[in-house]
Amino acid sequence: MELEFTVNGREYVQDVPPDTRLIDFLREDLNLTSVKEGCGVGECGSCTVLVDGKSILSCLTYMPEIDGKEVLTLEGITDGDELHPLQQAFIDTGGVQCGFCTPGFIMVALELLNENPDPTRDEIRKWIEGNICRCTGYRKIVDAIELAARWMREGQEAVEA
Amino acid sequence: MERRRDDSNDEVSVKGPVGEGSRRVDARDKVTGDAQFAADIFPSGALTAVVVRSTVTRGRVVDDNFEELREMEGVEAVLTAEDVPGENVVPVIEDDQPALAESTVRYDGEPIALIAVRGRRQADQIGDLIEVEYEEEEPVLDPQKSLQENSPEVAQPEFSEGGNLFTRLEIDKGDVDRAIEDSPVVVEGEYETGYQEHAYMEPQGVVALPAPHGGIEIRGTMQCPYYVRNAVSRVLGLSLNRIKVVQVATGGAFGGKEDVPSQLSAYAALLSHATNEPVKLIYDRREDIKVTSKRHPSTVRYVTAADRDGNLTGVKVGIYLDSGAYQTLSPAVLWRSLVHATGPYNVPNVKVVARSVATNKVPNGAFRGFGSPQVIFPYESQLELLAEEVGIDQVELRKKNILRPGDVTATNQRLEKSVGAAQTLERAEELSGWTETKREYSEWNSRHENVKKGIGVSSVMYGVGMGASAPILDKAGAYVKLESDGSLTFAVGNTEMGQGAETVLSQIAAEALGVRLEDVNMTEVDTSRVPDSGPTVASRATTMSGNAIVNAVNNLKPRIERVAKEILGCESVSIEDGQIVCEDGDESVDLDEVAGEMWLNNVDMAAEGWAEKGVKDWDPETARGDAYFVFSYATHITKVEVDTVTGKVNLTQHVAVHDSGRIINPTTAAGQVEGGAAQGIGFALSEDLAMEGGKFLDPDFTNYLVPTSMDIPDDMIVDFVEAEYPEGPYGAKGLGEVPLMASHGAVINAISDAIRARIYSYPATPEKVLKAYLDGE
Ligand code: FES
Ligand code: FES
Repeated sequence: MELEFTVNGREYVQDVPPDTRLIDFLREDLNLTSVKEGCGVGECGSCTVLVDGKSILSCLTYMPEIDGKEVLTLEGITDGDELHPLQQAFIDTGGVQCGFCTPGFIMVALELLNENPDPTRDEIRKWIEGNICRCTGYRKIVDAIELAARWMREGQEAVEA
Repeated sequence: MERRRDDSNDEVSVKGPVGEGSRRVDARDKVTGDAQFAADIFPSGALTAVVVRSTVTRGRVVDDNFEELREMEGVEAVLTAEDVPGENVVPVIEDDQPALAESTVRYDGEPIALIAVRGRRQADQIGDLIEVEYEEEEPVLDPQKSLQENSPEVAQPEFSEGGNLFTRLEIDKGDVDRAIEDSPVVVEGEYETGYQEHAYMEPQGVVALPAPHGGIEIRGTMQCPYYVRNAVSRVLGLSLNRIKVVQVATGGAFGGKEDVPSQLSAYAALLSHATNEPVKLIYDRREDIKVTSKRHPSTVRYVTAADRDGNLTGVKVGIYLDSGAYQTLSPAVLWRSLVHATGPYNVPNVKVVARSVATNKVPNGAFRGFGSPQVIFPYESQLELLAEEVGIDQVELRKKNILRPGDVTATNQRLEKSVGAAQTLERAEELSGWTETKREYSEWNSRHENVKKGIGVSSVMYGVGMGASAPILDKAGAYVKLESDGSLTFAVGNTEMGQGAETVLSQIAAEALGVRLEDVNMTEVDTSRVPDSGPTVASRATTMSGNAIVNAVNNLKPRIERVAKEILGCESVSIEDGQIVCEDGDESVDLDEVAGEMWLNNVDMAAEGWAEKGVKDWDPETARGDAYFVFSYATHITKVEVDTVTGKVNLTQHVAVHDSGRIINPTTAAGQVEGGAAQGIGFALSEDLAMEGGKFLDPDFTNYLVPTSMDIPDDMIVDFVEAEYPEGPYGAKGLGEVPLMASHGAVINAISDAIRARIYSYPATPEKVLKAYLDGE
């Protein structure tokens, strides 16, 4: 079935079998392997991507659902060599250990910061509750999101000033 | 974070990156999505591997449709035990586990055949077409019943100590029965723990590729590439030098990728060898939870005796570990239970009898802590019962008994160096505000019914490395190579699986040579290019590979210094921050210039290093002597609120203080502590796999509850007392496993403190907590 959509800013018009999961299309057809399959059934959040700015689980999403929409994966948030503040903050705080959950966390955090640029630690903890990390105990992930939020607010102020 | 030193030991001086919270060297690849995990490898034309598994718990295969499957379009190979060209075995400690079951199946999910399918969609559909008929038999599920004489046979006689008893180990020190009889205070309890699943976020997976000269290449997620190489060599009947094993980015392991990757790699290798094509085998999450090893369920009995002041006089312990159908790592896991059974405490009279038992269930194996959490829960619970009987504060009781330098362990090992147990206890007491909190909580609890507050403590010790159970594995090699531009490449066989080894070892290499962290690079762990550094288990990578790297750099350094002296024309030089400086003046030259000169003058720029850590005087017959070359220690204190209407437990603060010797990287170390503590919290509170008739009911994350961000307290205080270990690299010893070991006991003790009743089995679900509370009232 012919679908039209964009992924990381690039437009696609493509014939895709309608029972194709978004995660498989992204990983296998577009080689966007930051999208991780931790469970395949909507329980872990590692496959999170943004569709029109909202986080969705790509393991539960079928291609027809993205017709006419914009998909954003972790690969799409870097600006050339320049890391996104969230990426840099995960590095600086030690929010990354094995890194398998990291793409999913960064994507849900991005959605959060788009909606709420100044979340409290408790708001962050609640927001990421659907994503599992087995390595970090979450605290350094919360630190990372908090730090990125601060950088992004400061950056915004700098732009406005 | 504040850092403290134990000044009883000599300090080893550091000038470079050791001791700094440097950013992880692998972090950038992981935040951009560039890190390539096993499932991210797509060799062109790769076949998809499907493992055909037993659907009965115990029985015999009597018929199958494999002949028909072989004829199907898209099916490139169907292999059974008969088609294994080498030995039909997955070697771990014993050779009792077949790669593919021959006809007897011993657990639900046991592999009986392998299929290579062209196309992933076709592979998804093949499951419905497989037909296997079994003659079912009544399974043996209960370890205690399994040991009865009339029990059907699960363990193969050549691999058991009699019947279904895999292994029996014993410590017998002093006269424990006498001590118990003579002691005024005696407490007893029986404790149970269930399955704990690793739940590494990346499921198991490997890719096998045909390699030159009839060899094979494996790329996969794993802890121990040299184990994998051995397993593949055995099943294919190929010499070790034809097999190349490359560890790729590994998404968590926690012991779950110690021996299991040998199995997956053997399967992918068999199919690739048979078809001469690349083969990819990735477990989906349900399959992974269902058929891979877990923490051994346990039943443990303790009798603990003390004098009226609370000084321990004797501890008597009976341990049963449920091994499942094959030995895998059980003998080593059991040994760790045995040796750790009295914890970090002085006990003059000890008797421990530990048994691992065969049942018709999935074989259990390594999980962070390796047999010790199953005894820590009981021994720390017993201390609480004792404190209550004696009428003494829980921390005070521990202070009286905790091991200090000069004390001896249950195996009569005298502890001399790097014994920070007492400091962890004192520091945790201080950081948690123990005494004030106790007062405040008892005040609160006397006035409130719906929410009860509690505080709990747990102290642990952990033998670093393999110790006397496998001293042949406590060795490590390292290669270093100075490149002509002054950068340093190093290679070891220990792996990065998320714990931070790559960063910590890079810091050690940089420190040893006197260069900046960014000037060193650790090569990918590829068995054809890196030395065997032993397995990446037992919290041993920092100490073992660290020492080997330091040794290698020390072998290389004189050559650098010789050339530098020639350039500078001075007698003695030192290397610091990438510069070689004359010690008697301020002449200096950059390392890159010296390296260039070395290259031009045909100086050998590579060196090897070696490290070995034996234990002395171990007598396996009596279990006396040095069990480990050194121990790490920790104390955790947890504060909880228990809702007495729902039984729900809420952690409000967790304090974790560790002695792992010198901390090479405080940031990654704190990360290990926080993450490990979280796994222990899950073990104590929520992680449980329901089983019926030997089959897991719901092997998924909806039913197996891994802690989420809301379950782990944001208020977590991590601190290190650094009782330096002079024989470790820059004074370091092991850390990885200890945080999990220490946290769960503190949680369960805090719950008991809140509800004034004990819970004798993990996990302490709300239902159990509520019941204990109501029964206790
Ligand atoms: S892979 Fe999609 S939620 Fe786990
Ligand atoms: S960093 Fe390993 S699962 Fe989160």
